[in-house]
Amino acid sequence: MLQAEAVKLRGIWLDFANVTGSSFTESHWPVRWRMTTDSDSPETQWTRHDLLGLQDLSAAEITMILDQAAEFKAMAARGESKISALNGTVVANLFFEPSTRTRTSFSLAAKRLSADTIDFTASASSLSKGETFVDTARNIEAMGVDLVVVRHQTSGAPQLLAKSLKASVINAGDGMHEHPTQALLDLFTIREHRGTLEGLTVTLVGDILHSRVARSNIWGLKKLGARVIVCGPSTLIPPHIEKLGVEVSNSLDEVLSETDCINLLRIQFERQRSAYFPSLREYAHFFGMNGDRIRKAKKDVLILAPGPINRGVELTPEVADGRHSVILDQVENGLLVRMAVLYLLNERRQQTAGGAR
Amino acid sequence: MTTTLIRGGRLIDPSQDIDRVGHLLLRDDRIVGIDPGTTVADNVIDATGMIVCPGLIDIHVALREPGNEEDETTATGTAAALAGGFTSIACFPDTNPSIDNRGAAEFVFLLAARAKNCNVFPLGAATKRNAGEELAEIGQLVEGGAVALTDGKRPIANAEIMWRVLEYARMFNCPIFNSPQVPELVKDGVMHEGYYSMLLGLPGIPAAAESIMVSRDIALAARTEGRLHLMCVSTTVSVDLIRRARERGVQVSCDVTPHHLALTDAELQSFESCFKVDPPLRPKDHIQSLIEGLKDGTIDIISSDHQPYAIEKKDRELDLVPFGIVGLETLLPICIQTLVEPGHLSWPQLISKLTTGPAALLGIQKGTLKAGADADVTIIDPDIEWQIDPTKFKSRSRNTPFGGRKVKGRAKTVFVSGEIRHAAE
Repeated sequence: MLQAEAVKLRGIWLDFANVTGSSFTESHWPVRWRMTTDSDSPETQWTRHDLLGLQDLSAAEITMILDQAAEFKAMAARGESKISALNGTVVANLFFEPSTRTRTSFSLAAKRLSADTIDFTASASSLSKGETFVDTARNIEAMGVDLVVVRHQTSGAPQLLAKSLKASVINAGDGMHEHPTQALLDLFTIREHRGTLEGLTVTLVGDILHSRVARSNIWGLKKLGARVIVCGPSTLIPPHIEKLGVEVSNSLDEVLSETDCINLLRIQFERQRSAYFPSLREYAHFFGMNGDRIRKAKKDVLILAPGPINRGVELTPEVADGRHSVILDQVENGLLVRMAVLYLLNERRQQTAGGAR
Repeated sequence: MTTTLIRGGRLIDPSQDIDRVGHLLLRDDRIVGIDPGTTVADNVIDATGMIVCPGLIDIHVALREPGNEEDETTATGTAAALAGGFTSIACFPDTNPSIDNRGAAEFVFLLAARAKNCNVFPLGAATKRNAGEELAEIGQLVEGGAVALTDGKRPIANAEIMWRVLEYARMFNCPIFNSPQVPELVKDGVMHEGYYSMLLGLPGIPAAAESIMVSRDIALAARTEGRLHLMCVSTTVSVDLIRRARERGVQVSCDVTPHHLALTDAELQSFESCFKVDPPLRPKDHIQSLIEGLKDGTIDIISSDHQPYAIEKKDRELDLVPFGIVGLETLLPICIQTLVEPGHLSWPQLISKLTTGPAALLGIQKGTLKAGADADVTIIDPDIEWQIDPTKFKSRSRNTPFGGRKVKGRAKTVFVSGEIRHAAE
């Protein structure tokens, strides 16, 4: 099916993309009856070419992604899990750093939208032959790629790519900088359980210093009106972080009673040396989420973890598998927010005919 | 015998405390004097509205030859120096192989003579291969013409080696240049540790990495009575430590670069590799301290710390690109913009940090318009407005953060040994 089936009638865009699908079993119904007029304010229309981070997004833009994801979720609940919105679009997953969960999630999201996908991992690449990262990306783009999902160990690498490529760039995690889709799925999960982020207290626990998940979460949570506490050993909380509007604590026990949602960040062994804290045992003693701490927390506290979790370190199995845990919801919602991001960026590309940034 | 009269310029010569309009007469490769009482010469150059000063001197630049000619050569680096108004430069020994023996030092003079642009003085390696483990043949390097000893951008990390180097070089009255950064605190850092490193998730280099080694080196200079020079100081604490050490009579000096005055760590928000420099760009409060240090004379030298790198080395992820930017061709206008225009330094003060300050440290008979001195003279057009265009650089490399910047003032005519070696078009 062609992408050009959105037509403009007297200034009104009608999207027939899925109505005219050849196979009704595969593509049932419009993703959304879109009647957005030219005079629509930017707040109701997605206008970005890339998704590099949440720092630059407005609350309205974040909400737009979450709403789109909610729509996909509702459709999936009706059995409409596969749609043809990205039919003919090529999505490249460029993973320069090991990842199982995020890569699989993006790959499946693209397939649910009927995109063609290219999966690239650094180990199987020509990087080992000396090719630069940007050259590798340009070569892959030359195969006709429209959307590039990139994971890289260096902060700012997606920005570098966005300057070099015509394709839309989606940041799937860069160094210690941002991991926007992880934060979006965290926001989505909390919103789904609580209806709103406004007025909630969310505590991010653990290695804030090295965490791109923490940074993206802070931007997203603050923009949607939550109160944010970052909690961890003093060596893993960077100075100046309070300037982002968060509160800093070195004691999980002290902040438990005022916290509505606890997000347990992974201790990243690969980025760490013993200089940051003495032992995993000591870390777990002060910052691990266990049964005792759950009993001291609010009755309806939500436990999130971006995973992969180290059972017994950030949280005990009792907590991970307990009734407060929404960890598996997060995984499911990750797929939906990634579909939403791919979908919105692709729509923007069509409006601007592949368009300029 | 050829004579040249430079007429009617604003003569600024800090070595003689001169700042007035007058004429300067050159004969062959020497300066005859100021206001010679004659208006007859073989060549007459009208310098009305121009600044006429001793040829500028940069005390540490990387020429990359031998070993990394894809970045720069002696010919291209010295052409860049001339275009920037410099008539003498001292070059780093961190080439491949490094300048750690007499023959290598003499080779620098050979390359400079072949290029026939500006004067080049070698900085000899302080330790063999700049590896920081054993003393280089310091005495023979000095005999070969080395004007100072350094391991370049690599800090002399081992305190005992620094102690011995300072003590040994004292015999030859030769200064030691160090890049003060404690390596274990720098680690894999790419920028100043502060608000922006937190925001951007980039590994930070704490200001303490610099001040700790500045403090250590001052203690060792005091103990050995050696001559210590700290390159590219960038923090408030460094300036303060050096100021107090000088008051106590310790032989310590330091320099600062234009980019550490003109740019802050906020620039890294673009993730552009041309903002990755060593030491890292700092926040405004540190810059204010550097300006204070320049004003009160704690910092008596400005250097470009010219670090050319081929495009393929700088066009990569931020953690993979080397530190450093080219600076010879942008130093003067950036100094005018950040120091003279806001009124921090007068023109004579700025010129002194590019002439008498460097000449005194290196112990070379340069940086003056005194009668009988080498006829190395720079004529600066202080008012010309232009835009920095890296594609026009004489340097082989283009790694500058200043491309596109609108600036004022540049070197117009540059004499080396009485010959015009550079004339701006």
